[in-house]
Amino acid sequence: MITLKFNNSYIKSWYSIGGVDEEKGNIKDANKYMSDLYYGEKTHEKAEIKMIEEVIRTMKKDNKVDLIVGGNLSNQLGTMNMALRDINTSFLGLYSACATFTESIIASSSLIQNKAISNALVITNSHSLTSERQFRFPVEYGSLKNCYTTNTITAAVGVIVSNEKSPYKVSAATIGGVVDYGIKDVANMGAIMAPAAALVIKEHLSNTKTTPLDYDYILTGDLGSVGITLLQSVLKDDYGIITDKIIDAGSIIYKKSQNKCAGGSGPTCLPFAFFNRFIQDKKIKRVLLVGTGALHNPTLVNQKNSIPSIAHLIEIEVNHDAN
Amino acid sequence: MSYQELVDSITPKENKWKNIIVAFFSGGVVGLFSELFVSLLDVNVMLIIWIVIASILTGMGVFDDFVDKFKMGVIIPITGFSHSITSSSIDYKSEGLITGIGSNYMKLAGSVILYGIVSATLFAILRGLL
Repeated sequence: MITLKFNNSYIKSWYSIGGVDEEKGNIKDANKYMSDLYYGEKTHEKAEIKMIEEVIRTMKKDNKVDLIVGGNLSNQLGTMNMALRDINTSFLGLYSACATFTESIIASSSLIQNKAISNALVITNSHSLTSERQFRFPVEYGSLKNCYTTNTITAAVGVIVSNEKSPYKVSAATIGGVVDYGIKDVANMGAIMAPAAALVIKEHLSNTKTTPLDYDYILTGDLGSVGITLLQSVLKDDYGIITDKIIDAGSIIYKKSQNKCAGGSGPTCLPFAFFNRFIQDKKIKRVLLVGTGALHNPTLVNQKNSIPSIAHLIEIEVNHDAN
Repeated sequence: MSYQELVDSITPKENKWKNIIVAFFSGGVVGLFSELFVSLLDVNVMLIIWIVIASILTGMGVFDDFVDKFKMGVIIPITGFSHSITSSSIDYKSEGLITGIGSNYMKLAGSVILYGIVSATLFAILRGLL
């Protein structure tokens, strides 16, 4: 797998909107929280579009944006495309399920590295109820959930990646590949994604000749409590990497009392937790962000196929003395 | 150990016996009231009462919380059937009467109807023969 090095790609600013359950959870510092899941619109899909539009408008107001890169879970990126109709800016729509955020950062950093652009807006979002309806059951249907399922979080996050110096440098990235360990249980997303995360972490460590000790932590996207245990097992058994530095963003988004089973999931989990909580820690120097995506296609799953997964990794170097 | 075995060993198991007991009693309560409705009113009226109650509770957005608590005891009776049709209809309302509600309201209940009719037919034939 390829590891890319970047030397002029920085994360300049970010803006995020959270949902109702997210406000009650552990991440309290988003710029805004929705008062209800309709967000003043008629359908949840329209609410999702409104969230994206709001993030784009806010980011474009304060920043020059050459290109918008991003995606979400909506079929054919439907809600994302709707939100971009009147924006009149170049757009690259990407899909790697819940690894879309890291994939978008890699794409924009590569273009910045090549000096093709100087600023990109990376955007990703998810809405718990549009996902519920698209991938699972009708919203009001009382399907009995297993205690190890994850819940798609409601949030939208926009990040400006720029060639202007900032304390947060995107220094390297590893582009993962599709992995399939034969899991067919759609409720167990953590088990599906853990092998992809393990592979990309191992590839990154060997390509950059580093060990987990070189990093403050490895933040994964949405493995949930089951997935994180599996990731540690796979790293240890298959690749001989033993580490206690892995933290899962999805597992910490909600409080235990919120009855959210194994935690949050969705492409926004990783940026929502990282930019509204982890980044405030001034002591961190170097971290790995691993976006993990279960490439879940309901038709293929109903035809008894297993679910493949993918993970993309970015390395962030933090240096508060840079300016 | 294969990956599937590893996954099975780590994934927490549902407490099946607890669910069975909860469903036994919640389903029993539904049955008890049904008996009451039948003896006071009529079988058809009993069915209509449950269908209407479940549908209204689904529309109010509380039936799924009941399912969470009372498990299959409220899904297996006709309440579950009504619940699945109402929840699908609510979901697809935004897509119009024909392409939305019309073509999707049986999304979950379709199997119940189809295999219900097939098995009823088979048993009716069997009974006719015996």
